[in-house]
Amino acid sequence: MIELQGLTKRFGEKVAVDHLTFTVRPGIVTGFLGPNGAGKSTTMRMMLGLDNPTAGDVRIDGKRYAELKEPLKEIGALLDAQAVHGGRTAYNHLLCLAQANRIPRSRVGEVLEAVGLTPVARKRPKGFSLGMGQRLGIAAALLGDPRILMFDEPVNGLDPEGIRWIRNLMQSLAAQGRTVFVSSHLMSEMALTAEHLVVIGQGKLLADTSMADFIARNSRSFVRVRTPEPERMRDVLAAAGIEARTAGDGSFEVTGSTAADLGELAARERLVLHELSPQQASLEEAFMGLTAQAVEYHAREAGEPPTPTAGAPVEQAPAWGEQWRREHGPERSGDGEGV
Amino acid sequence: MTTPHQATAQGTQPWQGGAPAAYTSPIPVRDATFGDALRSEWTKIRTLRSTMWTLGVMLLVVVGIGLLVASVMSGHEASGFPALAAGFFGVLLGSLSVITLGVLVISSEYSTGMIRTTLTACPSRSRVLAAKAVVFFSLAFVLTTVACLLVAAVDSSLISGHGVLAPSGSQWARATVGIGLYVALLGLLALAVGAMLRHSAGAITAMLGVVLLPLLLALFMAGESLQTLRTDLIEYSVPNALAAIYGIPMLDSGPHGWTPLWILAGVTVVALAGAFTVINKRDV
Repeated sequence: MIELQGLTKRFGEKVAVDHLTFTVRPGIVTGFLGPNGAGKSTTMRMMLGLDNPTAGDVRIDGKRYAELKEPLKEIGALLDAQAVHGGRTAYNHLLCLAQANRIPRSRVGEVLEAVGLTPVARKRPKGFSLGMGQRLGIAAALLGDPRILMFDEPVNGLDPEGIRWIRNLMQSLAAQGRTVFVSSHLMSEMALTAEHLVVIGQGKLLADTSMADFIARNSRSFVRVRTPEPERMRDVLAAAGIEARTAGDGSFEVTGSTAADLGELAARERLVLHELSPQQASLEEAFMGLTAQAVEYHAREAGEPPTPTAGAPVEQAPAWGEQWRREHGPERSGDGEGV
Repeated sequence: MTTPHQATAQGTQPWQGGAPAAYTSPIPVRDATFGDALRSEWTKIRTLRSTMWTLGVMLLVVVGIGLLVASVMSGHEASGFPALAAGFFGVLLGSLSVITLGVLVISSEYSTGMIRTTLTACPSRSRVLAAKAVVFFSLAFVLTTVACLLVAAVDSSLISGHGVLAPSGSQWARATVGIGLYVALLGLLALAVGAMLRHSAGAITAMLGVVLLPLLLALFMAGESLQTLRTDLIEYSVPNALAAIYGIPMLDSGPHGWTPLWILAGVTVVALAGAFTVINKRDV
């Protein structure tokens, strides 16, 4: 269990973390989501006592980090893969950490085996790939067999096989009753692993909710209707009291009605349909809608307005990830919904 | 694995009486001690190539140059020269290696990011710095003293007669333990500077400046008005301090015998105090 109370970090004028209060519970994977620069890493560093908070407090199972007797046995953290001396072999790196907390030497071999680094145990991390570096960091986090695990962007730089391995690892750690706290800037990744979600933007708490709630509340579902007679369609829908809006390509996005009802309605009115498809805006879009106002570094394309309009529909906010959405089409249904 | 989330119903301070975590590790938890930190730092220092390189070069230079000087001086007229002082030249160069290692012991943790991992394992920063200081100082002291002992033994047998002064007991002590302590203290000062600057190249440069600059400046100081300053710079420079411990100071005035050692110890204590202060204050 990790508890944050009004945690605040100020770097000069800039507020990196702004009165964060939330709890990370045991037995589940809690996702910590936010765009780049939202303050995720700063928050995690304060949890570990590396950065001093300007205000507020963090408790690890009721204690401050500095009060933990042998911290590695209580909380394991993957901060970033670079927090390793490149000239010390993987085995010796883990050995010196084990000795600092009186962890039996045999654990070093065990965790190396667990992350699949046994063949390179006597190699220097200087020559490791990004993925191997992540695995070494995870081995260090697992070293003390801690109750609480914290991973900062664990899937960065991993190949698909490694990503799947991390997902399974985190879920099995949580299933053992451990507290798992994992940060990411990818909603799709979180949707696959996390059961609970904490979203921050510009250091502020935007959401603290279960993943199921988040999906139910934030994913906008509608039915796309395309017809060669849009004017008649509009009249028919208006007459039936069904809310619809016209999308950019001339199709209708109908909310508050099912595809079956719409199909029957169209048949009664002898309207030709070219498309009738239920759609669900992806979680990625829901996340971007939530953080659109809180994104620090916007990548803008020529001609776009300088600031996103407040309360604008998700699709029109020139937010982080815009490029990605363009490439993948505006709607992606069913993406990662199966949690 | 879905479980309903329990609300933290403990009022304003939810950690009070914190709910027991479900997972318990079979590894027992005890209070970590300073001994654990020492063991960890010893593993760290012995598993890096930079340690082998810097200390290897130190041994090579101190012993190699020491033997070279001894063989050159052997059988030559050197009236009034203390026999053991032939070790001076090797030690002067070798100390630069020890300084480099002293800086690297701490600054390499900052440059690689290792310091963050170190401090998650041992959140007491003072304990980490103290353990580093003890391990490094002991290692540097033992190796330098052994090297000096070897050179002194050769010096005393090769350089004799021809007006050379036979070494007394206190000269033996100063040329071995005294020099060992002085060089190790110089390394400790470098460690403190490294902890404050957190930057390898910067800290090494600063230490080279401390060691070499006073004497170099004094060399180029002419004129009556600067005479006192010039004398002070020479008397308190590191090379002159080493020479004074060996009993061959450049000037007749100034600290001699064991005094240079106490001066350096004082400076190092002040620098370490600074290092402890900043390391506890700063974010990493």
